[in-house]
Amino acid sequence: MLRRRMAALAAGAAALMVAAGCGSAGGSGGGDSITLGFAQVGAESGWRTANTKSVRQAARDAGIELKFSDAQQKQENQIKAIRSFIQQRVDVIAFSPVVESGWDTVLKEAQRADIPVVLTDRAIDSPDTSLYETFLGSDFVEEGRKAGRWVTEEFGDAEGTVRIAELQGTTGSAPANDRKQGFAEVIGNDAKYKIVASQTGDFTRAKGKEVMEAFLKSAGEIDVLYAHNDDMALGAIEAIEGAGLKPGEDIKIVSVDGVKDALQAAADGEINYVVECNPLLGPQLMDLVKKVAAGEQVPKRVEVEETAFDQQAAEKALPDRKY
Amino acid sequence: MTVLRSLARHRLFWPAAVMAVLLALNVALTPSFFSIQVRDGHLYGSLIDILRFGAPLILVALGMTLVVATRGIDLSVGSVVAISGAVACLWISELPEQNSVAGVLAALGIALGVALVLGLWNGFLVSVIGIQPIIATLILMVAGRGLAQLVTGGQIITVNSGPYRLLGGGYWFGLPASIIVALGMVAAAALLVRRSALGMLVESVGGNPEASRLAGIRSRRILVVVYAWCALCAGLAGLMISSNVSSADGNNAGLWIELDAILAVVLGGTLLSGGRFSLGGTVLGALLIQTLTTTVYTLGIPPESTLLFKALVVTAVCLIQSPAFRARLSRRRRPPAPTAGRSQRDAATEAEVTA
Repeated sequence: MLRRRMAALAAGAAALMVAAGCGSAGGSGGGDSITLGFAQVGAESGWRTANTKSVRQAARDAGIELKFSDAQQKQENQIKAIRSFIQQRVDVIAFSPVVESGWDTVLKEAQRADIPVVLTDRAIDSPDTSLYETFLGSDFVEEGRKAGRWVTEEFGDAEGTVRIAELQGTTGSAPANDRKQGFAEVIGNDAKYKIVASQTGDFTRAKGKEVMEAFLKSAGEIDVLYAHNDDMALGAIEAIEGAGLKPGEDIKIVSVDGVKDALQAAADGEINYVVECNPLLGPQLMDLVKKVAAGEQVPKRVEVEETAFDQQAAEKALPDRKY
Repeated sequence: MTVLRSLARHRLFWPAAVMAVLLALNVALTPSFFSIQVRDGHLYGSLIDILRFGAPLILVALGMTLVVATRGIDLSVGSVVAISGAVACLWISELPEQNSVAGVLAALGIALGVALVLGLWNGFLVSVIGIQPIIATLILMVAGRGLAQLVTGGQIITVNSGPYRLLGGGYWFGLPASIIVALGMVAAAALLVRRSALGMLVESVGGNPEASRLAGIRSRRILVVVYAWCALCAGLAGLMISSNVSSADGNNAGLWIELDAILAVVLGGTLLSGGRFSLGGTVLGALLIQTLTTTVYTLGIPPESTLLFKALVVTAVCLIQSPAFRARLSRRRRPPAPTAGRSQRDAATEAEVTA
């Protein structure tokens, strides 16, 4: 394994050199197979890595030629990549925007070159929706609603107030805003559900644990924990154990994402419900790309197929989980 | 009254006072804030949390203090935190038996070794090549994050190792192991710099490197040692952070900790212009920052305004620490200002701090 990492390191360095020299090597497209230019955000999380793998695999399976670029979480890199895709005259451009705004100029260039654009996973904030054909991504608000619905079902018969603690994602990020909103929408219908503590855990395990430790001491009794992602829930589990309580029993836990570690925790009874946020959108993306390249009409908004896991479902899904 | 006045003149009086105010605020809102119970054979309470989560910051700031004392700065500590945690977790995850004490010790040793090498690299760039510290360490700050992600393969590595958990999440004699280790390092550093000539040499290099060299001090060697020490402290902090959650996150571990560490150093009364430092002040500064974080959670301040709240408190501490500001305040209350000469001199040092 160590050796494999070293090999990956060397390969990474080699790829960098190749990338530096291949800017002018384009000129494909127009043939019988479809060429897709895909500008990825980066490799900032396990979720993202799974997302990349899925896109690569699906392109291979669908016989689509994939030109892949990694923006290392920088918008300028992504704009550069899109420009180079335009120069290379790819058939379709797909990308996950690093940030929401600032895309109008480069997308207009694509439009002028007659190359359709598909957004994946994240949306852009532009009044001109003609700049892209369709947006394929998760509905974060719906994810929040699913979590909320589970809480109202689980505690439907409970008497008295249900005290909820919430671990929010990175302040201002779309998933954090939307998951909070969707959850609040559902539990807001009944006054017995009360969010007694809500704070950001920055989507990380370390912060999730730190914040939960403070909640346990300052927020009084907590019945349910709602975490905007799995990592924060995993950190919080440790905090709850440290307080001598049993996660999943004394405090019920619902979280969003569905990474392997969280499904494992659910199978072990420590998390009660995991709402999926599916990174494996490759096959759906390739379908859309084919349709768009053929000039077919596609809906402006396509949702990724997603599910949710209770503890039994998690145990069943665990062996096939890739990320 | 005179006791009080001389106390108020102590360098660390104002940070300590702000800390007391924050703690009082917490008690007022959460009466059980000071209560410390024994749960599962160890101490349990908010104050213990502050110590436990503050320990990594104390360590990073401890290393930073000596670097700052040489008129330098080390921006790469956050990346070193991430790398050392990643290396240790990668090693442990490859062990056939993750609970083996020898294997975990080897992982700790390797991780600290890597941190040391990174520190030597920083020291080499600063002292031998002569690059400005802020640029020299910026290189590793940016590249190191990438390195950490290469080590973890872009994933979060989760380990399940009892001995490894002990360092960041475990307890010795009922106290968090992390705070014992951190205070042990502080004590070792204090002994080393205050009971030997090392501290004086560091201050001398920071005060005037050229004069120190002419006086026969090998300032190059001192600089390399100081950067290596800083990286070692950061590496140890990285092990604590990753051990506390039994996982390594190359992307987020230690993110922006360099800024908190610099803040802790400055709050503790160490001059950014070099030449004078206070280890005790740094510990107090780090604990003040952690108390502030805990206060945000306890008060239930909405995440949107958390940063604003922190900024206000830190600004207040910095202003109140400045003799010039205090003199201006008291002058407004009492027109005659007999200590004007003194406060002007202090204002000059204060200007250096903020510059």
